[in-house]
Amino acid sequence: MTWFLDHVQDVLDLAVQHVYLAGLPLVIGLLLALPLGWLARRYPGLYTPFTAGFGLLYTIPSLALFILLPGILGTRILDRSNVLVAMTVYTVALLVRTVADALGAVPDDVKQAATAMGFTRFRRFFAVELPLAVPVIAAGMRVAAVSNVSIVSVAAVIGIPQLGLLFTDGFARSFYDPIVVGLAACFVLALAFDLVILAVARLLTPWQRAGGAS
Amino acid sequence: MIVFDGVTKRYPGGTVAVDNLSLVAPNGKITVLVGPSGCGKTTSLRMVNRMIRPTSGTITLDGRDTARMKESDLRRGMGYVIQHAGLFPHRTVLENIGTVPRLLGWDRRRTDARAHELMEQVGLDEVFASRYPSQLSGGQQQRVGVARALAADPPVLLMDEPFSAVDPVVREQLQDEFLRLQDELGKTILFVTHDIDEAIKLGDQIAVLRVGGVLAQLADPAYLLNHPVDDFVADFVGRDRGYRALSFQPTPRLPLRPERTLLIGETTQGVAQDWALVVDDANHPLGWVEPRRVTGEIRSEMLHRGGTVARASGPLRGALDAALSSPSRRGVIVDDSGSLVGTVQAHEVLNAIEEAARPEVADPTNPGAPAR
Ligand SMILES: Nc1ncnc2c1ncn2[C@@H]1O[C@H](COP(=O)(O)OP(=O)(O)O)[C@@H](O)[C@H]1O
Ligand SMILES: [Mg+2]
Repeated sequence: MTWFLDHVQDVLDLAVQHVYLAGLPLVIGLLLALPLGWLARRYPGLYTPFTAGFGLLYTIPSLALFILLPGILGTRILDRSNVLVAMTVYTVALLVRTVADALGAVPDDVKQAATAMGFTRFRRFFAVELPLAVPVIAAGMRVAAVSNVSIVSVAAVIGIPQLGLLFTDGFARSFYDPIVVGLAACFVLALAFDLVILAVARLLTPWQRAGGAS
Repeated sequence: MIVFDGVTKRYPGGTVAVDNLSLVAPNGKITVLVGPSGCGKTTSLRMVNRMIRPTSGTITLDGRDTARMKESDLRRGMGYVIQHAGLFPHRTVLENIGTVPRLLGWDRRRTDARAHELMEQVGLDEVFASRYPSQLSGGQQQRVGVARALAADPPVLLMDEPFSAVDPVVREQLQDEFLRLQDELGKTILFVTHDIDEAIKLGDQIAVLRVGGVLAQLADPAYLLNHPVDDFVADFVGRDRGYRALSFQPTPRLPLRPERTLLIGETTQGVAQDWALVVDDANHPLGWVEPRRVTGEIRSEMLHRGGTVARASGPLRGALDAALSSPSRRGVIVDDSGSLVGTVQAHEVLNAIEEAARPEVADPTNPGAPAR
């Protein structure tokens, strides 16, 4: 406990890094998964290759990805963009199927009605399909957020600063205080992500809380 | 005017859903497409707004080939109503109704004003304006669906079984209001249903389709009931078509008998008949009583209310039904304001039917033509 009180500022700095490395890929990953998920729905032949194919990316061990990416991207090993890219890959891996399924769950008669009223395909996507897909996409985002918060810590092994450093540091010194603080901080961060996603989803779906027929 | 000219739709896989359909839906009229499930009604309807493209043939709208029009423009000029309304669950009633005006670029204020106007027109209370579709009953959702289709005041309405998913009482109410609305608006309507009763009630003309998407007969309702063109149509129109055809025959002058009437609160002393008719202060019939069973004053709960009441100016079917359903066997006939004018017995109505001109016979050179 005294260790934590002595290092509050350090832990906070690491937490900010952690939020950045886990959070930004979450947003970029969603923006990439939306068109990919849409394509998987639009062209039924793409559904299986897309969902299975992108899903497979998630099985690449994170350490391997952190180490391989510099070679592929031409970045330096200590560059934070390696971690950002890797986390984006994992987010996309989780969200392509989510987005495709969320869009697939939009009732057909609602889509038909939209088309019949003269929505262009593009406009229909943003005005009707996407809003109705929010609850399912939000559920997928919550899983991806927790996953990102946890995986990012592995980047400590290649020396990228974030909460994971507390683990390597504690391990190297056989000193448990940083490890416990790091675990607690990761937990709090994951919870915070979860709450933010929930809050945003609630804001976007007032219709979901309007009870049934009176 | 919507004109189908030799329209065929063959789906990938080979199903011919609509086979060489030629049909004219005149302006300001309700044209009903009716037939058993799978006979190509929905396909026909959706070819009009090009949600489905015909394999061959053309569909013109007031002389313009729909294939040459921009799809989104074509659709924004046609209201479309479907079975479960297909409302947007994430938009309020007001926003749902304002959908097409917004697509057309109207500003918020004008759209909202129009949406409020339509809510009133279709009989939706203002309190529903800010509700979501999940908070409405099926009948209310269907009203919103109709209002949404009418929002930009399109000349054409396409309706695909709009009243099929609500219970019979609400359905009848929606049908009546729909007819009243159409009297006001005079839209060109293409209406799809599998329910022949609905077709007969709503249609100015009826197109009966058979499975395989072939037009079996096109006629007005009275003609269809009297002259089904073949066994399929006769079967589809139903067994009691002779009785139902009376719906389209005006009542001639009937030999009405005056009726001894009583008021609520009166006693039945000195009334000799088996049954006596009770009316209110305005001479509107309330129900029948059996005087010899009444001791003391007549009270509302004593009334036998099983008999139907027919308007003297209504169709013959109403007069016959009034006689058949009356416990006294005397059918109650009222004027247009609902006041009693007299009673009539079933055999007298039947005499009137016998004496009325026989329904016209089919024109042998053109058996599908509406009687004119
Ligand atoms: N998208 C489609 N692909 C293949 N066949 C279809 C499709 N839509 C409808 N059909 C077939 O076309 C026929 C007519 O369908 P439809 O127009 O929906 O009939 P209805 O509305 O009268 O019930 C049916 O045999 C149906 O199975
Ligand atoms: Mg159908």
